[in-house]
Amino acid sequence: MKRNRIPQFFIIVGAFLLLLAVVLMLDNVPGVPVMLLIVLRKGAIYALVAVSMNILNGFTGLFSLGQAGFMLLGAYTYAILTVPVENQALVYQRYPNGGIGFSVTESLGRVLGQPGLLLGVIICLILAGIVAGVFAYLIGLPVLRLKSDYLAIATLGFAEIIRAVVQYEKLGPITNGSNLLSNFTNFSNFHLGSLKLDTVMPFVFAGVCIWVITLIINSTYGRAFKAIRDDEVAAEAMGINLANHKRMSFIISSFFAGISGAMLAMYQASVQATIFKAAMTYEILLIVVLGGIGSISGSIIAAFLFVGSSEWWLRFLDNTTVLPNFNAKLLFAIIFAAIVVGIVFLVVYRQNKAQKSRPEAVGRGRKILSLKLSGVITLVVGTLLLLGDLRFLISPDLQVPLLRSGFRMVVFSIIVMIVVLFFSRGLMGDRELPDLFRTGHKRL
Amino acid sequence: MARILPYLLGGISVGGQYALIAIGYTMVYGILRLINFAHGDIFTAAGFFMVYAAASLPIYVSVAVVILLTIFMGVLVERVAYKPLRSAPRMSVMISAIGMSYLLQNVMWYITGGLAKRYPIIPWISNSVTILGYTTKRVTIITPFLTLILVVALVILIQKTKIGMAMRAASRDFETAQLMGIKIDNVISFTFVVGSALAAVGSLLYFSNYATVTPVVGAMPGLKAFVAAVFGGIGSIPGAVLGGFIIGISETLTKGAGLTTFSDAVTFALLIIILVVKPTGLFGEKPTQKV
Repeated sequence: MKRNRIPQFFIIVGAFLLLLAVVLMLDNVPGVPVMLLIVLRKGAIYALVAVSMNILNGFTGLFSLGQAGFMLLGAYTYAILTVPVENQALVYQRYPNGGIGFSVTESLGRVLGQPGLLLGVIICLILAGIVAGVFAYLIGLPVLRLKSDYLAIATLGFAEIIRAVVQYEKLGPITNGSNLLSNFTNFSNFHLGSLKLDTVMPFVFAGVCIWVITLIINSTYGRAFKAIRDDEVAAEAMGINLANHKRMSFIISSFFAGISGAMLAMYQASVQATIFKAAMTYEILLIVVLGGIGSISGSIIAAFLFVGSSEWWLRFLDNTTVLPNFNAKLLFAIIFAAIVVGIVFLVVYRQNKAQKSRPEAVGRGRKILSLKLSGVITLVVGTLLLLGDLRFLISPDLQVPLLRSGFRMVVFSIIVMIVVLFFSRGLMGDRELPDLFRTGHKRL
Repeated sequence: MARILPYLLGGISVGGQYALIAIGYTMVYGILRLINFAHGDIFTAAGFFMVYAAASLPIYVSVAVVILLTIFMGVLVERVAYKPLRSAPRMSVMISAIGMSYLLQNVMWYITGGLAKRYPIIPWISNSVTILGYTTKRVTIITPFLTLILVVALVILIQKTKIGMAMRAASRDFETAQLMGIKIDNVISFTFVVGSALAAVGSLLYFSNYATVTPVVGAMPGLKAFVAAVFGGIGSIPGAVLGGFIIGISETLTKGAGLTTFSDAVTFALLIIILVVKPTGLFGEKPTQKV
């Protein structure tokens, strides 16, 4: 086991470097769809925030819904510190003498050029994390005494309070009230020679942060977190200080949420408090669930899938589509019918088999189908969909029904619900990517 | 006083509406130990039902239709999203609730195209009245009274009827209640029936005051009603009502003091204060912790 560690480490580092090289290439080769780049950038950022949420929800068993609030703190800290002095008058239009009068990235960039700018960004990202962490410490003092759903609702409440405070008119000279903060240093300010670094940088930052998180999870602290998750009373009996470890986990998670918030600000090149609503936390939570609660690699994969499908692959569902002719329509109807029949068959077949093998079903005589309610519903819904498909086929209409603005999110949330209800372990369960290639022993 | 009065009246009115929603939260929590995150969206859906029903039906018929549809929807949500997870860990059920809320919001967005819909004017309750020199809609005055009447009816239902007794038993001890022959699924469905019906009434009153419905409009009142339920002690109906009124009044008074930005934050600040000072809320019972 121990001997195995070193090569595995190199494999992971090598794979990561290779990934960076591919990403760098994609960013600079003409003809790469811009959507792909957007998905990669946003996906990397969401991966980090999902992993940071997983520290709490997946590894420590604390159900917290404050992630958006900490992202907001990070984003604002970063943006306030990096708006260049000459832009401050423009950004803080409504507040004369607004802004802090200096810019970390600008000052360092002037002295040291690009490396200085990079150093400034790193310093500000870390500061963003620290601000979020300090707030997490303060918030944790009262809140972490609460359990499960009370904790969830209290952290959600704190996120809302933070959002309100940031938009407060009297803080306007610093936070710009409810207006946009923009024109600060972002990913597109960086070049390596003539190479664009827009996509590589989020990958590097997120990669390093996630690596640090993995180290923490695999340390004694991480094991203590997992012990608390599995059984608080037993963990306490084993000498783990519950309050300390919960606080630590909360602060670490918020620290990285702050960094990812700052990165989101960099990616968007602007930041406004209104986007950091409870809905954002819910989305991140759903990513964590899709990936598997307690799996870092699951969160990462799910983040890219989530961003990819909501930004790109399911986009076509939002556009009203008119098919060119009857043949296209026939093809569309057949493919749709095939998919419906396939899914229904799969569900019904599996359930039928499972029901028949149950002990109480034996000796009841032969029944062609024995289904639970969900199977029956699947059958009915499937039949209705097929009838709808048929109706579409015989109608003279060439426009594909249902497809219009908003349908993407409906389909998407249905997929999420199906995962939540039927595949509650998510993509990875609590396994990690390397576990999939390993046979024989199970890692604890 | 004359300056505070409109805010106080508004606060009592909003508080009554929060109270009606909060009862749905508190009853479900009492039995299932679950924050029904989708409750706020059911409340919004009731608003949309009214918009669409009133377009083709007489107004009073549509009020009845709206309440029935909302009840149906509440029960459907329970059957689809919570029943399959009855033996799952609490976190999974909560995630399912959040997912359901997400789904309902997206479906409503899709159906309405994301546009704000005009809420129909319900005659009589939308009329203006003048009280103590201050003009307001009649709904503002009616809400607290209607709330109290409904709550009294609910308390009688829970204390005096058989199903009420079953609900009390289920909220005291889920498994033992089952062993005593209570059909737990029916009790839970009935809880959702009551909760959704009250949410529908709350939505009628709420939207009569606000005039437009959007898909995400229910999220905030929903959360605030939940805070009200926690404030009053979750599981306790009088607590939810009192909490609703306190949250409503403090919210409008904050607005009256010119701090509109903080009107939502005040609610959550109250929540955190109560959770720190008295984690079980005003009337809540102390949960016993089992090892």
